[in-house]
Amino acid sequence: MKRFAALFAQLDATTSTNEKVAALQRYFEQAPARDAAWAVYFLAGGKPRQVVPTARLAVLACEMAGIAGWLFDECYQAVGDLAETIALVLPRGSDPTDVGLAEWVEERLLPLRGLSEAEIAVRVKSYWGELDTPGRFLLTKLVGGGFRVGVSKLLVQRALAAHAQVDAKRVAQRMMGYTDGKVMPSVERFQALIARPEEGTAPLQDEGQPYPFFLAHQLDAPPEVFASRLGPVGDWQVEWKYDGIRGQIVKRSGRVWIWSRGEELVTERFPEIVALAQALPDGTVLDGEIMVWTSSDGDEGGPAPFALLQQRIGRKTLTRKVLAQAPVTFVAYDLLEQQRQDIRSLPQRERRARLEGLLLGTGFKISPIETDSSWLEFARRREQSRERGVEGFMLKRLDAAYGTGRTKAEGLWWKWKIDPMTIDCVLIYAQAGHGRRASVYTDYTFAVWNRRPAGRQEADAAIEAMTAAGPPQGGRAVPEGGAAASAESAGATSSRREPPPAGALQLVAFAKAYSGLTDEEFRQVDAIIRATTIEKFGPVRSVKPSLVFELGFEGINRSGRHKSGIAVRFPRMLRIRFDKPLHEANCLQDLEALLKL
Amino acid sequence: MAGQPNHDLVVQRPEGLYCPPGDFYIDPWRPVARAVITHAHSDHARPGHGHYLAAQRGEAVLRTRLGAIDLQTLPYGQRIVHNGVVLSLHPAGHVLGSAQVRLEHGGRVWVASGDYKVAPDATCDAFEPVPCDVFITESTFGLPIYRWCTDGEIFADINAWWGRNALAGRASVLACYSFGKAQRILSGVDPSIGPIIVHGAVEPLNQAYRMAGVELPQTTMVTGVRDKADLKRALVVCPPGAAASPWMRRFGDAGTAFASGWMQVRGMRRRGGWDRGFALSDHADWPGLMSAIAATGAQRIIVTHGSVPVMVRFLAEQGLRAEAFDTEYGGDAVEADAQAPAAP
Repeated sequence: MKRFAALFAQLDATTSTNEKVAALQRYFEQAPARDAAWAVYFLAGGKPRQVVPTARLAVLACEMAGIAGWLFDECYQAVGDLAETIALVLPRGSDPTDVGLAEWVEERLLPLRGLSEAEIAVRVKSYWGELDTPGRFLLTKLVGGGFRVGVSKLLVQRALAAHAQVDAKRVAQRMMGYTDGKVMPSVERFQALIARPEEGTAPLQDEGQPYPFFLAHQLDAPPEVFASRLGPVGDWQVEWKYDGIRGQIVKRSGRVWIWSRGEELVTERFPEIVALAQALPDGTVLDGEIMVWTSSDGDEGGPAPFALLQQRIGRKTLTRKVLAQAPVTFVAYDLLEQQRQDIRSLPQRERRARLEGLLLGTGFKISPIETDSSWLEFARRREQSRERGVEGFMLKRLDAAYGTGRTKAEGLWWKWKIDPMTIDCVLIYAQAGHGRRASVYTDYTFAVWNRRPAGRQEADAAIEAMTAAGPPQGGRAVPEGGAAASAESAGATSSRREPPPAGALQLVAFAKAYSGLTDEEFRQVDAIIRATTIEKFGPVRSVKPSLVFELGFEGINRSGRHKSGIAVRFPRMLRIRFDKPLHEANCLQDLEALLKL
Repeated sequence: MAGQPNHDLVVQRPEGLYCPPGDFYIDPWRPVARAVITHAHSDHARPGHGHYLAAQRGEAVLRTRLGAIDLQTLPYGQRIVHNGVVLSLHPAGHVLGSAQVRLEHGGRVWVASGDYKVAPDATCDAFEPVPCDVFITESTFGLPIYRWCTDGEIFADINAWWGRNALAGRASVLACYSFGKAQRILSGVDPSIGPIIVHGAVEPLNQAYRMAGVELPQTTMVTGVRDKADLKRALVVCPPGAAASPWMRRFGDAGTAFASGWMQVRGMRRRGGWDRGFALSDHADWPGLMSAIAATGAQRIIVTHGSVPVMVRFLAEQGLRAEAFDTEYGGDAVEADAQAPAAP
């Protein structure tokens, strides 16, 4: 654990990718293969199922440190990370040991599962006693299932490749599924990652192993400059960008595997696609989008909103009703393996031709190629995206290979998404962030007016009424164990306290967002929040409304679970509208209008 | 707010903490006629008062900071009587010349401790527990997550970091508060690793410390560096503001670190953008606060600047009478320090 903790500290202490790769490489050179196998698993994003619930860990830490729950909560608010809070409140350990990472995981942490609470308590406390603060932090992250570190999978692959002098793309392919938790990391699996290929051997093709997904880059430029930046339209294959789940279908040795972009094996979830894929010849790998596709009476139909797919994924058992209501299909757009040959290095144009040839007459849909005479024409057509249920266009260079991850070395894909929907809304609650944003107010709840204000005066009066409602008699409404209070419940508290008269103008919360501002902007808003706080509810502050934000989001749906009756997808702050007075913020009717788009 | 202002030896006024029978202030934040100063940090020692009283050991630093003031000094432990109040100053262990103010009047003893730490520090006199009825305590690090390592452990870390950087041919920029923290670092690092360069804000205080008899290793200002190669293996001690300024450019691709108690929390370090954080503080940690409070034997505790509500609640749960003064020391400490770390 000491070696792994040292690696973590080194990765944490630098933002330079070269230094990170060097630190990883040094670790792989020095660590026993058994430990390195687990290190790769955790660094590449592997998450073992939570062994002990974090709330239980907090209780154990309080016992060991001899502090009350409320004091722990105060500490947590200052630290913003539960494992770190635990590591810091515990008294110094008494029996330091240096047990390797693999032994920690295999012989100590995993066996905790299923033990009695009392036994878990004894063991976890004794484990904490063996470690110093960094070791406790990591152990608690691993036990609680919340380990994260600032390296990408790509960097881990680069370091492994450099360590073993194997091609990084080959390492990447071998690593697919390494973290899915189905098979434990082991010396053998680690050595398989870094083994030198013998002459002429094909990559692992016998285990349903998929290829690393090639990821697109976001295109944020006005279409006027496309011609100069991308070259002529004719160099590109243009397709609609679907809003489904990216997936790979692997058909080998008579079997079908479906992988999601998260490298999760999802075969059982999509029996319709498995049935289709059975007809594919062995040694075929398709890349495409898993979608709910609704069609009626033989027409082509079209993609259903993502929410429907999301609901279906949420179902544990696929009843006949679910299958009928949300039938999925696979919209194929690339061919990665044909006749057992990895064809990713063939140009896009050639792979597309082979894809069409292969799927002709099968039940698979192929993502159609859209053609137009100019980028500006495409820009106009992109405006139809919302009504077609797509997110914009994908641009793929016709002469380029299929790359690995988000690299640009071998090929180039651009996603040219439509601009988000936007609404001007009012900041009403704020909560401090986590990690590096601990104790800065960065997580905001936004509201719109329940109807359009008659003017500045009415809006000001409504805000005065809100503010004057103030704390209830008998002190501030600070719920016990405040850390659990959310902005939602805070909202509920204040409205219960002071029900506004029917028809009165008021602000209705509809979305939370915590991204999109620069650190400097967050600092600015943080200062305003502190200066305009009405009440504190644990970590949440209600503020006297004074700031209007332009909020962007990808989609909007009705929702019975939100007070406003509306849920938005991927909300984020586009900018602070210091120029905009509160009464000019949008109202519920404006959101309703977006629903109809 | 503390109750019974008629009998209390220290009350809160808009100008600062006030001793009614003695008719003087302790670390006032607005100009007053008579001020007792616990130490020379700018939130406690402000310009503009008529008359200053402070510990003799702190005279040089106080004059370095405030210039020509009407200053009366008092050796630690020596008693004077002012308007019937017996007053003496006792080491607070915070920085050179820092003092706790002991007040005795009408059979009662109050101690206002300013800022303090209980762990040993080679650059100032050690904290002295002073028995009293009422103890006024700071609470900068009043949460149990703050438990400091020993100086030995921290300086081993700092030396190792400096040594590795020097070996890799790059400067080690260590940001810290110019007064107190900087000198403590200088006295603790291993000067055989390489040259030590200090910022212009730090050197005058080094001189004041040396004048007071505190031993510090040789330091150079950057303008005094003859051999450019020295820059690449130097330890550079500067205030955090300088670490974000063009002044830094001359050191090229330097390793950066910040020495402050706040660095105990990883998020604070990452938010500040420092490569390394060393949790080295001039303030008492949680166990230090608790042991200092217990050692006074006081049954009534008044908490100032820091984690005030937490400390008040915790001390009340321990059966003490705990209250708060609303002061202008430290500011909204956590936030302010993380943005532009001013007070350590």
